[in-house]
Amino acid sequence: MAYFSQQLINAITLGAIYGLIAIGYTMVYGIIGMINFAHGEVFMIGAFISLIGFMICSLLGIGSAPVAILLVLLMAMAFSAVYGWMIERTAYRPLRGSFRLAPLISAIGVSIALQNYVQLVQGARPKPGGQIVSGGFNLFSADGFDVRVSWLQIIIVVVTVVLMAGFTWLIARTSLGRQQRACEQDMKMAALLGVNVDRTISLTFVLGAALAAVAGMLFLMYYGVIDFFIGFLAGIKAFTAAVLGGIGSLPGAMLGGLLIGLIEVFWAGYFSSEYKDVAVFAILVLVLIFRPTGLLGKPEIEKV
Amino acid sequence: MGSRLSTMLKDAALTAFVAAALGIFIVGFRTVDVGSRTGLSFDYQFADLAVAVVTIFVGRLGLSAAAAGLRWPVVALGVAMIAVGASPLKLPSGFLHWFVALGGVLLVIRGIWPWARGTAAAAAGTPAGLVLGRAGAKWFGWLLLAAAVLLPFTPAADQRTMDLAVLILTYVMLGWGLNIVVGLAGLLDLGYVAFYAVGAYAYALLSTQHGLGFWTVLPLAGMMAALFGIVLGFPVLRLRGDYLAIVTLGFGEIIRLVLLNWVDFTNGPAGIGSIPGPTLFGAVFAETPPPGKQSVSEMLGITFDGNHRLIFLYYIILLLALITNLFTQRMRRLPVGRAWEALREDETACRALGINPTNTKLTAFAIGAMFAGFAGSFFAAKQRFISPESFAFIESAIILAIVVLGGMGSQIGVVLAAVLLIGLPEWFRELGNYRMLAFGLAMVLIMVFRPRGLIADRQPSVRLHPAGSGGGP
Repeated sequence: MAYFSQQLINAITLGAIYGLIAIGYTMVYGIIGMINFAHGEVFMIGAFISLIGFMICSLLGIGSAPVAILLVLLMAMAFSAVYGWMIERTAYRPLRGSFRLAPLISAIGVSIALQNYVQLVQGARPKPGGQIVSGGFNLFSADGFDVRVSWLQIIIVVVTVVLMAGFTWLIARTSLGRQQRACEQDMKMAALLGVNVDRTISLTFVLGAALAAVAGMLFLMYYGVIDFFIGFLAGIKAFTAAVLGGIGSLPGAMLGGLLIGLIEVFWAGYFSSEYKDVAVFAILVLVLIFRPTGLLGKPEIEKV
Repeated sequence: MGSRLSTMLKDAALTAFVAAALGIFIVGFRTVDVGSRTGLSFDYQFADLAVAVVTIFVGRLGLSAAAAGLRWPVVALGVAMIAVGASPLKLPSGFLHWFVALGGVLLVIRGIWPWARGTAAAAAGTPAGLVLGRAGAKWFGWLLLAAAVLLPFTPAADQRTMDLAVLILTYVMLGWGLNIVVGLAGLLDLGYVAFYAVGAYAYALLSTQHGLGFWTVLPLAGMMAALFGIVLGFPVLRLRGDYLAIVTLGFGEIIRLVLLNWVDFTNGPAGIGSIPGPTLFGAVFAETPPPGKQSVSEMLGITFDGNHRLIFLYYIILLLALITNLFTQRMRRLPVGRAWEALREDETACRALGINPTNTKLTAFAIGAMFAGFAGSFFAAKQRFISPESFAFIESAIILAIVVLGGMGSQIGVVLAAVLLIGLPEWFRELGNYRMLAFGLAMVLIMVFRPRGLIADRQPSVRLHPAGSGGGP
């Protein structure tokens, strides 16, 4: 029971991170119907900017952890958002209206280029991030096993919940959210009615990138080590989460992230940690075969 | 004119500002390890960043000027940038010299582009140009083939060249194999390397554990890979294009992870070593053959030369690649080949006409997998050592890049792309570190500027009404 609870806590933490990345996939897919394969790299760049941000904070002598985290959070979101904007502007926008697989191939190119760009300018070795938040408390003890919740895990879950709530509000209530939903339903009609479609799509990428950057920061704080390659696996897992939850659906992305976190952690905890990634990939394959619309997605009708 | 210049300047300044925002942390603060275990410290690179941003500003200005029709100033600007890049002037890093010079080259090309294109079009339009173009297209492939067959007999065929040629031909074969799946049937397969791995491990395991020879295993490996293609493809081929891409990526990773973790069967990350090479009528390529075997040099009565093995490997892969090509050419003329192309163009229409999409896709998938299996066992026989590392996702991406760059569906395009993407970087070793960066950027640029690839060949092989006859819509 205690072991189970501990795994559950770890799984929720991990799931929160995947959920944040998955939102980026789901929004982009919802609005322009493409898999933004480079999204995982934006997450990786967010993690690197966070690492540099924390180092700058300690150079400037900002000792208080909450201030440092908040500063780095804003910095990582802002500067990763520029990456998201740039990717859309240079690699995807010129391809709107090209054949269907063109944006995906271009996205793979962006992904390879970004990975190697970071490897070149930052080096290939794993970067230790140091410990920014330490400590925690015992939730309860059972069977001689302490169930611990670290402050870091609480921070991760709180940040995620706050961001997701804010995000849901943004989509449901603001004019940007309305424009976004309008573009999602019918881009041409939205344009006719005065919605600036290009700007809305750009903003979608910017928002997705900002959330991925937050996930990158949380990942750095949680695991303490990053390298230029983390975006690939995290990206695929988050994409799996988005598909599992139903691509195009925001609550689906959060639910999917949580489920992927659960599957990965429990598979590693109870079966074998070598095959935890295989389990996630197998879930991806199975969901796509048997329920391509995911848990909360709407069925898609192909129009001729 | 003044307002246009100010617009250009504003545009260039904005681009430079974005570039600075992109680079300020990632490029400006390079994190380096210091002695202690957890310590990182900064190595500031703001000078590099500044040079890069200025280059981008100038480059963007040049591009806007070119778009406004100022040809010669742009060319002059480009030449000036090349001069700066090639000058002994001390820029903060060697890479920046390249960066500035390449920016200059880009501007020169952009500057003369409309003129070059106009001239080329005019030349192709003349009767002589038309004849030459038609003959070139027809004979170019044959010329290339003749050059490939004769290569080992030329003085240029030292060990380095032959090694490179074998490598390029391996990728040509993989490209042709994937071309069946991506170019003809229009299925984006991101896990193609999985079948390559199946072929390689099939040969490695059967030869080291059961003593089977290369020529026995080759067809088996192809069949096994095709079987994998059918088993994996059957449930997923009804998926839409981009979902299919991700699922094949998932399969590719699953196979790699299984190879990595199933240590009893595959020897895990340590890989399989001392795989025997291919034999020539039972004779091996070695200076001192193992007991009971005859060496090729003894059999033919020639003096031993380490290069002979390489030349033999070269002809094997050339043959395999040609078989792949010929097979594809013939398949395109069969009903199933026509059905692939039809499916690529419009799946719904095919369904309405009674083509079974899943089965048709499955044949393309399985045949593509089979050729990857052949290439895989060749790879194992050539390397004599394989490990899961050789079958990572990036290999699939490289093969896909070859097909895409060459022009999906074009056979000769694949050859050009393989030479360009594999040959050039291997030849210029200094570029090694930037190779994959250039690779990724090339994929994006091709999609943006030439989505049909170097040699566009997406025209269906047959049309009801030939183009220009005025019969069709």
